[in-house]
Amino acid sequence: MEQAFDILFQTSFWVAAIRIASPLIFATMGELICERAGVLNLGIEGIMTVGAFAGWFTVYSGGDLWTGVLVAALAGACFGLLHATLTVPLGLSQHVVGIGITLFATSLTYFTYRLALPEVTTPPKIVPFQPLPIPGLSSIPVLGQALFSQTALTYLAFASVAIVAWVLYRTPVGLALRAVGENPAAVEAQGISVTGMRIGAVVVGSALMAVGGAFLTMSAFNSFFFEMINGRGWICIALVVFGSWRPGKALIGAILFAAFDAYQVRLQQLSGGVVPYQLFLMMPYALSILALILVARRATYPKALMIPYQKGER
Amino acid sequence: MTNALPEPDAGPQADAGATPVLRLGSITKRFGPLVANDAISFELRKGEVIALLGENGAGKTTLMNILFGHYVADEGSVEVMGKPLAAGDPRAALDAGIGMVHQHFTLAESMTVLENIALGTQSAWKPRFDRSAARQRIARLSADFGLALDPDAPITSLSVGERQRVEILKALYRDARILILDEPTAVLTPSETDALFGTLKLLVGQGLSIIFISHKLHEVMAVSDRVLVLRAGRLVAERKTAGSSRSELAALMVGQEVASPTVAEPKPGPVVFELKGVSTQGQGNAARLDGVSLALRAGEITGLAGVSGNGQATLAALMAGTLSPASGEMAIRAQAISDWSPRAALVHGIGRIPEDRHAFGTIGDMSVTENVISERYRTPRFSRYGFLDWKAARAFAEAIVRDYDVKCPSPEARIRLLSGGNMQKLILGRALDPDPAIILANQPTRGLDVGAVSFVHRRLLEARDRGAAILLISEDLEEILALSDQIIVMSKGRLSTPSKRGQRSIRELGELMAGQGDSADAA
Amino acid sequence: MRLEPKPAPSLGVTLLFPVMAIAATLVVAALLVLAAGASPFSVFPLIVKGAAGSQFAILETLTRATPLIFTGLAVAVAFRARLWNIGAEAQLYIGGVVTVVLGTGALPLPAIVLIPLIMFASMAAGALLLAGPAVLKTRFGVDEVVTTLLLNFIVILFVSMLLEGVLKDPMGLGWPQSQRVVADAQLPRIIQGKRLHLGFAIAVVAALVTWVVMKKTVLGYEMRAVGHNIGAARFAGIPVNRVLMKTALLSGGLAALAGFSEVAGLKGNLTLDLSPGYGYTGIVVAMLAMLNPLGVIAAAIFVAAIFVGSDAMSRSAGVPSYIAQVMVATALLTMVTALLLTRYRIRWK
Repeated sequence: MEQAFDILFQTSFWVAAIRIASPLIFATMGELICERAGVLNLGIEGIMTVGAFAGWFTVYSGGDLWTGVLVAALAGACFGLLHATLTVPLGLSQHVVGIGITLFATSLTYFTYRLALPEVTTPPKIVPFQPLPIPGLSSIPVLGQALFSQTALTYLAFASVAIVAWVLYRTPVGLALRAVGENPAAVEAQGISVTGMRIGAVVVGSALMAVGGAFLTMSAFNSFFFEMINGRGWICIALVVFGSWRPGKALIGAILFAAFDAYQVRLQQLSGGVVPYQLFLMMPYALSILALILVARRATYPKALMIPYQKGER
Repeated sequence: MTNALPEPDAGPQADAGATPVLRLGSITKRFGPLVANDAISFELRKGEVIALLGENGAGKTTLMNILFGHYVADEGSVEVMGKPLAAGDPRAALDAGIGMVHQHFTLAESMTVLENIALGTQSAWKPRFDRSAARQRIARLSADFGLALDPDAPITSLSVGERQRVEILKALYRDARILILDEPTAVLTPSETDALFGTLKLLVGQGLSIIFISHKLHEVMAVSDRVLVLRAGRLVAERKTAGSSRSELAALMVGQEVASPTVAEPKPGPVVFELKGVSTQGQGNAARLDGVSLALRAGEITGLAGVSGNGQATLAALMAGTLSPASGEMAIRAQAISDWSPRAALVHGIGRIPEDRHAFGTIGDMSVTENVISERYRTPRFSRYGFLDWKAARAFAEAIVRDYDVKCPSPEARIRLLSGGNMQKLILGRALDPDPAIILANQPTRGLDVGAVSFVHRRLLEARDRGAAILLISEDLEEILALSDQIIVMSKGRLSTPSKRGQRSIRELGELMAGQGDSADAA
Repeated sequence: MRLEPKPAPSLGVTLLFPVMAIAATLVVAALLVLAAGASPFSVFPLIVKGAAGSQFAILETLTRATPLIFTGLAVAVAFRARLWNIGAEAQLYIGGVVTVVLGTGALPLPAIVLIPLIMFASMAAGALLLAGPAVLKTRFGVDEVVTTLLLNFIVILFVSMLLEGVLKDPMGLGWPQSQRVVADAQLPRIIQGKRLHLGFAIAVVAALVTWVVMKKTVLGYEMRAVGHNIGAARFAGIPVNRVLMKTALLSGGLAALAGFSEVAGLKGNLTLDLSPGYGYTGIVVAMLAMLNPLGVIAAAIFVAAIFVGSDAMSRSAGVPSYIAQVMVATALLTMVTALLLTRYRIRWK
């Protein structure tokens, strides 16, 4: 029992928590941007898969890490554009299109992987992002290692939260984005194209999601394998709700969740096989459902979420 | 209607030879087979107030949407200050100085006044939103035009009149020289309407030109220099307001003699629906009910007057069954009601015509037949052992279509394809067919042309003569006055004492609507 | 750009756009085939041959279509009421679990009693599984998309746990698999010696029953009303929450039958790879069928043909068999677009 509590003080625990949180942070910010503009993007799981493969494959083919990140973002943006084209001007069901995009993106990724590496049984590894300790800050006990001894991509994840928050609340384009999710008619009446804003939001958001996927192959697991996203995309959708569509709260949610995930792994090791490991693995998903239930009553979602917009009155 | 108003201007202030501020040339717009605007041309001069008069469906809003860039005209041109205006581009319209106060406000409710006004006014590529500059400008405009507002107030906290002020400020903030107001007084009390007309005077004094869209004759007479009459998409007349009479304009607007329905003397029977001291939660944006008492008698039409947002939607929801009282008693035919739901309301014989025929009255993608049985599909007439009798349903639909003059391609057509008037007639038929003892008619003629309005009024009067107790909720005070045997005013969730037909003057009703005068019955 | 509703379209138009959707899918597939270094003109015939070029192929296609009919029906029923059941995968597995729990000898009953009993129990389990997210939706307003999705992961982990624990086959040489179901619990083969089993017939019957329910019954009407406009349905007095719960029970039950059918009819036992994503593919089947239960039969066979044909083609032509999933997902997106275009005209002004 005491050992279970001790885990919370181990440096390695917090380091793992922040590392696990990083892809979630990118993807949650991406989904947050989409939903704030009024579009539910259920393609997130597929787009993360695309990003994971695109980034890894770029490096595997000889590119450098940051080029890989860029390629992943572009790939994500393309699928985001496809999603947006079907849901925004055509107004197709965001649920159906989202699932369709996930299926399409995932299967296309697997097809391309098999095409590129036909005989491979163990997925080849690449040299991932290396930890980049920030001098001075990284010497703080426990938190110093956890927060300031991570890879550049993790720092980028945290930076993305700050950037998203700044853009959303302090720039004219962020103001327009928030308004588009609340009342598109208000935005159209001020001379801004609702379609343009929503497509832009989904494209940018999808790029972020793809970078989240790329993190897994370029900073966590170092190689690409099937089913590697493993439901993280869906968890990010829950995190957006849990964070009340606000970047800061969503960041806290992601870190809490990642901490829990890191915790259950260590708890598993402690229990030494007495409790089936599957029960531990179930806990993150169950926790997400629980978080959704707790927040559901008070959820202040963007009013125009999932409602397609038709130009002109009546 | 309004008693203390400044007289209309004698004429436009600029000399007649100057370039018109706005010129529309032969604007035509079609939606499929429907010609919404048919070769409409007119000019607007600087400092002028012109009224665009026409009944619902005449094409006024379509025309203004073209002007503002929401739609693109099929033919014709628009010139602002002599320069052609790019079509289909609200931004171009805004830059050219056209501002529009839409009939349904275009405000983001959870955001503040400042955010709504400044939305879209600063370049999207700016890294920082200049809040203080916006704040200063809003303060100056507020002071100059007497439109006092707190820039940091969220829209949800504002009254309807205040929200309209935000819409006007939005236009002024963008240096509008032409202001279009689409049915601006539909949601205002008489005193708020006076205040609006005063504001318009100020704006004209500052050199703005105004287009005022309305179907209310008295307002058009009160505020405009010229009147343009639209009928069925065509501009049928252009008159100087000073030289016209109400009846002349009415005839032009409608194009035919429409007799007011003759209302027989009411013979009120026993109380069939009663509320005693009922309070509820609010319904959406509507206020909650606060210790409300109401008695509807058989064979009597009770008109509920009031500006929307004061609790009408909540009272309607209560009667329709979608809301239950939080406290107080509700009784039907002297039996207290404990278990309430839309189903229960139907079982107790309440016929309901909802306010929003698209959101609640019909299921757009289902057929006319499927819609017409939506309240009675469980009865033995239409279903047995869990199976539906589509033959009986279709026969019923055909009967309603016939008896209520509903124009539809076939009973299997999707109801979405029907026009507003025909949809409303179908809903009326569905509600009145079982000869209900109690009828809730919530804005029953909103958005309908004069023919359909007259039809609906006639049927309601017939139902009342057959002994139904009717609650008529309407924002149109004229409709209330024409049909009601007794009138109650709703304000801030409370009801006034009822008055019989002719008992209260319009000014007294206006005061009650604005929240002054005698207040609600004691709880 | 605006969308303008078209009046009731002719049959020709109603079919034109779906045909164009399939054509678009074939174009995408052709591009992928070219990327793989093969020729579409040789690959496509191989797919067709693999799916229907012999009695074996046809039977294999129908066998593969069986679980897809069940999950397609489950999704079609749910989506009609706008209940986004993305958890058909979990419901399928639960059906398999119940089949194995009851069918591996625990109940010494003759087949005529045992098989219906197991069917019913499986359906109940699937129904209850979807009832959870349905209650969360109606009571707490929690979006069922995410809850059903997350449940998929939880249930598959649960099955893994059972297969390594209480359900583990002691004769299984350590592999995580369950015992085989007894002879009385097995669905007989339709043709002796071939893989096509009674499950296919049950699926077709289920589709017919579902069609009758959707078109002719009060429940079907209520489901459709709730799916089109829940506010208007509620206003009209339709008991919306009860309808959603009934929809969930029906949908979950149908998906669970897929699991039952695969275990009792095809595989004989439960393993973790019982379903290669039938629950998700069922979504595509349902959309291709335009949520019509009879259409689900055709769509399921069509999708199964693509998978079976691609497997066979992949073995000889070397194009990765994932092309089948890409085709199916593309068909979903193009079909949904085509459906819109049959009902609405695009106006560029």
